[in-house]
Amino acid sequence: MTKRAVVIGAGHNGLTCAAYLAKAGHEVTVLEAGTEVGGAAATHEFAPGFKVSTSAHLLYLLDAEIIRELELEEHGLALAAENLDTVALDTGGRHLLISGDHINAEAVSREDREAMVRYRKRMLRFAKVIAGLHDQVPPRLASGERSDAWSLARLAWAIRRLGRKEMREFLRIAGINIYDILEEQFDNELLKGALSLDGVLGTHLGPRSNNSVFAALHRMSGAINGKPGALALPRGGMGAVSSALAQAAKSLGVSIIFDARVGQIDVSEGRAIGIILATGETMPADAVVSNADPRTTFLDLLGARHLDAGLTRKVSQVRQDGNAAKLHLALDGLPEFPGLERERLGHRLVIAPDLDYVERAFNSSKYGEHSAEPVMEITLPTIHDASLAPEGKHVLSAVVQYAPRHLNAGWETAKAGFEERCMNTLQRYAPNLREQVTASELLTPADFEARFGNAGGHWHHAELALDRFLMLRPTAGTAQYATPLDGLFLCGAGCHPGGGVMGHAGRNAARVISGGASE
Amino acid sequence: MRTVDYSDRDHYKTQAFPTPFHERTAALNQQHCWGRWKDYITANSYYDTATEYFAARNACSVFELTPMTKHGISGPDSLAFMNRLVTRDMAKLKPGRVGYSVWCNDEGRVIDDGTIFHLQEGVYRLCSQEPQIDWLMTSSIGFDVRIVDETHDIAGLAFQGPTSCAALKRMGLAGIENLTPFGIQTFDFAGTRLTVSRTGYTGDLGYELWIDPEYALELWDRLFEAGKLHGIRAIGSAALEILRIEAGFILAGVDFLPAHQAVRPDRTRSPFELGLGWLVHFDKPYFTGRQALAREKEAGSRYVFARLDIEGNKPAHQSFIFDKNKRFAGTVTSATWSPSAKANIALASLEAPHGEPGEELLAEIYYQRELKWSRVMAPCRVVEGVSWDPPRKRQTPPADF
Repeated sequence: MTKRAVVIGAGHNGLTCAAYLAKAGHEVTVLEAGTEVGGAAATHEFAPGFKVSTSAHLLYLLDAEIIRELELEEHGLALAAENLDTVALDTGGRHLLISGDHINAEAVSREDREAMVRYRKRMLRFAKVIAGLHDQVPPRLASGERSDAWSLARLAWAIRRLGRKEMREFLRIAGINIYDILEEQFDNELLKGALSLDGVLGTHLGPRSNNSVFAALHRMSGAINGKPGALALPRGGMGAVSSALAQAAKSLGVSIIFDARVGQIDVSEGRAIGIILATGETMPADAVVSNADPRTTFLDLLGARHLDAGLTRKVSQVRQDGNAAKLHLALDGLPEFPGLERERLGHRLVIAPDLDYVERAFNSSKYGEHSAEPVMEITLPTIHDASLAPEGKHVLSAVVQYAPRHLNAGWETAKAGFEERCMNTLQRYAPNLREQVTASELLTPADFEARFGNAGGHWHHAELALDRFLMLRPTAGTAQYATPLDGLFLCGAGCHPGGGVMGHAGRNAARVISGGASE
Repeated sequence: MRTVDYSDRDHYKTQAFPTPFHERTAALNQQHCWGRWKDYITANSYYDTATEYFAARNACSVFELTPMTKHGISGPDSLAFMNRLVTRDMAKLKPGRVGYSVWCNDEGRVIDDGTIFHLQEGVYRLCSQEPQIDWLMTSSIGFDVRIVDETHDIAGLAFQGPTSCAALKRMGLAGIENLTPFGIQTFDFAGTRLTVSRTGYTGDLGYELWIDPEYALELWDRLFEAGKLHGIRAIGSAALEILRIEAGFILAGVDFLPAHQAVRPDRTRSPFELGLGWLVHFDKPYFTGRQALAREKEAGSRYVFARLDIEGNKPAHQSFIFDKNKRFAGTVTSATWSPSAKANIALASLEAPHGEPGEELLAEIYYQRELKWSRVMAPCRVVEGVSWDPPRKRQTPPADF
């Protein structure tokens, strides 16, 4: 049966969902409050002629099947660079170049280099277990349905087939903190610091927080051109990925309407029957699909009075507060990091000199303060993609942590101070950088929330953690993309398998909506 | 004046507090028979249970209500909040009226039951057996309401029995005879405001009196003075237990397990399983548990609430109930000999599809005669209606004694 579907939000998952729904023969309209597609997966001009990925800048989770099935390459998706290495920056110029499982630096002992091979191999193997779940509609635990039992059995088998020893190791580390497992295996402080960053980027976690191993595994669970755990830069910034998705969706018949802010979900007789725009205009639909975060969807667009009180409480307690900011610098030339060869500037540069540095940076955020000395993941996308800046100029894009959503002092007063802290930190690694900056921009979680409407400004809509994964994401009872309200579905990063530009949530949701699994 | 002051840092040293009526109840409590009810010490029995029981049925009785948990709910969204909280349609409960209802968790299982006083437009008081502040706060997410626990701010007396109206009239409550069942009326009383509702837990003509605890003793004295010729007596919880079983009222923690106290979720009951399906209104805005209850209505309930009439005179306390083939059919939750109905009655939770009115069952009753335990399989029958339901309960104005 052809359904009329309305998708709230043209984020990358909303577009993915819309495209798959259209592909399945449904009539799909995407309503976007802003004027661009992509939501947080966007590219914007932050200074005249200087463009940058607005939030995430590296691509590592976008699914190859989605690229193929939606013909994203035909619709303009291209990579400016792939297989980026990681450079762990050192103030003394003794940087580490981490290339897959290989470390190219004399500062690291032979034992550490061997440990790195083992570590990477094991983490990728474990990440594969998680990768196997990405395209699954999370099973329900006590439904009695055969499909749920089958999903659970597949998960159990994926873990069991690691082998007895590796299964035990997987179960030991999946829920614990990355600080401990890095301490178990490595000596070099800089190496441990850099590796720990994978477990905390974009989250409200420090290396000593439980779930940081899980977050690292999740981050490694993708593949670029068949290479697991690889990092890539999309040509044209992250917005280009969304543009390709939008093109694909349009070519499949999806219509995208801009400046269409949804005010509320229209409910009649216990069923979502469409949406009401902020202007008061109504739009009927057989399926209302929300790309918005869980709190916005349930508490703002739907409203507690249409939900059970217990579920309302669960939704209101989903951890949605972001802790990552984004720093964008327009540079009038290529920056210099003493000790780092020019040809390595194009890789992923990280400032995380040791585990305790990262943990200390996190500490302040627990108490409503930004880090005095932030950690960073830096890219210079213009090295690979000249289209992003005027000729000879460059863009520095950095994820900076920690910048909690709710700051004691308030972001209005503290923002300039935090940017200064970021510049001070950068200066220790690139002393001449300040002179090259012609324009700058700092986007805090408060800015993300204002810009993209995701309550809390979290990159993944909801914290990425084991207690918010699979059948628990965003909450038990709403984890299968369908909601307790007939006709209302979720397709955003707040659903399994979560955030990062991956598209699975949108694709899985489309499968549920088309298959009528909730009907 | 609050009767319990939790701002006092030593409050925890006292486990149970005297009620605002304690001076008077203590003087009457010949047995010194006290029990604990939530934060308070209250009388289980004053003289003997039978005397107290008959005062309630044949004259008038005073039962202290202060410990009952009372919650105040107000604010712009109070009606929407109440409607989302409870199963019955609150839009139909007009100001000045009281409604009985249950409220459920997401799974449609009863958290508690209680009375809701619509004191004035948009201002409600919810009275319940168990403290509900946590659930009310949870339920308030997304609603603009103010919720307070006012248990200790209000002293209460249940004044029940056929002569209760006449006594109140004598006390000076002009026009009290015109108050209809489940109505609320306020009176100027000794310089304060006395709220009277025609409600109760005895299934008879009766009222509940609510007042600032500071005026509690004054109310007690004036009530007992006025009631002297009407056979007034203080009664304890033992007598009330017989009265409420006769009236067919269920008690939280006895006839059903409040959902929030359940470790085993399957031990809880839905409103349908407590015989309270009439309180579940599907034709009103969404309420917590609605979806689960709609499913249950479709698929059928697991249990049936039943009132039993049992042969003989041995109360079927905690009895197992069997069908005629001696297969397990359920258990008794409350039982008593009913002095007014002259019947051996019980409330029971039976497994569906048992519990059709008229069904013949067996109650396994253990009893003691001169320290010897015996067992009887007493035939019993599922009855419709309650054992005590006199017309005077509904009559307005009530007869003048």
